[in-house]
Amino acid sequence: MTEFIFPRSIPLACALALAVLVVVGLILPDWAMFLATMAFSKGMVALGVVCLMRSGLVSFGQGLYYCIGAYASGLMATWIGISDIFLMSLLGIIASGIVAVIFGPLLATYRGIFFAMLTLSLSMILYGTLSKMSVLGGTDGLNVSAPTFLGYHPEGRALGLSLYMFTCAVIVVYGGLVRTLFDSERGLISLAIRDNELRVEYLGTSVRTEIAVTYIVAAIAGGIGGVISGAAIGHVDPEYAYWTTSGEFVFVAILSGYFSIPAVFLGSVVLEIVRSFSNLYFPNTWQMSLGIFLLIVILLFPKGLGSLLSRSKKPEKKQ
Amino acid sequence: MSATILTTENLNKSFGAVTAAREVSVAVPDGAVWSMIGSNGAGKTTFVNMVTGYIKPDTGRILFNGTDITKMSPRQITRLGIRRSFQIPQLCAELTMLENMLVSLSINRKHKPSYKRSARRPSQVDEAMDTLKRFRIENYHDRLMSELPAGVRKLLDIAMAISGTPRVMLLDEPTSGVAAEEKFPLMDLVMEALSKSNVTVMFVEHDMDIITRYSERVLAFYDGEIIANDAPDQVLSDKIVQQYITGTTK
Repeated sequence: MTEFIFPRSIPLACALALAVLVVVGLILPDWAMFLATMAFSKGMVALGVVCLMRSGLVSFGQGLYYCIGAYASGLMATWIGISDIFLMSLLGIIASGIVAVIFGPLLATYRGIFFAMLTLSLSMILYGTLSKMSVLGGTDGLNVSAPTFLGYHPEGRALGLSLYMFTCAVIVVYGGLVRTLFDSERGLISLAIRDNELRVEYLGTSVRTEIAVTYIVAAIAGGIGGVISGAAIGHVDPEYAYWTTSGEFVFVAILSGYFSIPAVFLGSVVLEIVRSFSNLYFPNTWQMSLGIFLLIVILLFPKGLGSLLSRSKKPEKKQ
Repeated sequence: MSATILTTENLNKSFGAVTAAREVSVAVPDGAVWSMIGSNGAGKTTFVNMVTGYIKPDTGRILFNGTDITKMSPRQITRLGIRRSFQIPQLCAELTMLENMLVSLSINRKHKPSYKRSARRPSQVDEAMDTLKRFRIENYHDRLMSELPAGVRKLLDIAMAISGTPRVMLLDEPTSGVAAEEKFPLMDLVMEALSKSNVTVMFVEHDMDIITRYSERVLAFYDGEIIANDAPDQVLSDKIVQQYITGTTK
């Protein structure tokens, strides 16, 4: 059984995490704040992948919901002129949630490579569709106006800081909810599904329903991540749904493991840092640097960075 | 005489050219302890699989407490109160024994599993430990499945199946893979724990000493057919059973 170093009281842990993130944000330079905002927003999507990994499934198409969230907020700003980040996030949740409710029950009947390929194909269908639709900007995508915060119109560093704070609040709240889910009866059942579906069915619960619900939870995380990324960059394009984008989320999920939620965001930050510096110093071979980095992590921490944030209780000696 | 809790009517099942069940009809009284014998491929596990919904009979009906369960899914049948253990224990390998038990308890409540209620809340952990104590395997609660002896895995498989309010328990070879000297202690534990739950028991077994000692009635399967259905002494002295199943004919 794994015991976590972090406080067992989830609200207390969330409050502590938020306080630390806020203080760190106040002293971060602009470039690092942007990097952290992007890392956290992508960490949200990777958290969805982790939710699915706990049930033994890997989604190679989580970019679908990342893109839906980004486009939902981008279109809202462009067509209706609403740029409030809270409304944009709400729309991102609704849009990604609706799509997940449609596809979740269907995908929940598939396992292994079939599930992975179907999720990938759905995201690539969206990529192809968006690329061909000039009304949605085609391959150029859309510009997203700077977000507002309940009537507050920050500019310059204040804008970056406000978005960073909003992102921190979102990841802490969603992280707390997902931690509650992981610790819950359903959370434990998800781990059991990963191990032995037959046993779970014969105990009297529907594996398909459990997986469909997990898929929807993962999709909502993806949608929110897309909204924040779109707002941070100020632009959305079909690349959000491209398979390499989805691959990044899987990369972070593998890097982090599926035991610790802070590890997912830490993994996302590490990826962004490695990518940024690799891009700077090895512009032609930065993908290779990333690959080598992932190999090292897998070799040293086969259960991901999350294994550093948790400790395993040693089994009692046999009597 | 007790009311009938489980009835099968003329069950037939074929897999291509192989007939796994042929006109299988039984009426099991509530609270009974029955056993099933037969050589490999005789149809015992097919019977268990049909009753628990894993495979559907080609023809025939299965009634549980008067309700037709023939076309129900394993999940629906489990929730009605028919539980099973497996010849190869079906456990969650990456979870500890306690966590396996907590999974079972989380599912087998009157209410549905919760997205908020902690699976490891003290009351549920206590209940899980109590169940493990009934099977005297609580000392292994923190071990992963790969660290458990075969007999302990069998007991955990049964302990997981019994949580909630089972009415009928089907045990598929509960002593297979267990050392000869451990078979009787294991069965003693299982029967003691099950008797406290007032559950109807049907178990598949190859050891005739266990059949004689623990069951009130025996179903002898041969080639998908029940060739004898009587008290253990009667069945085991039956010439046809001796010829085709026990191999003790002289």
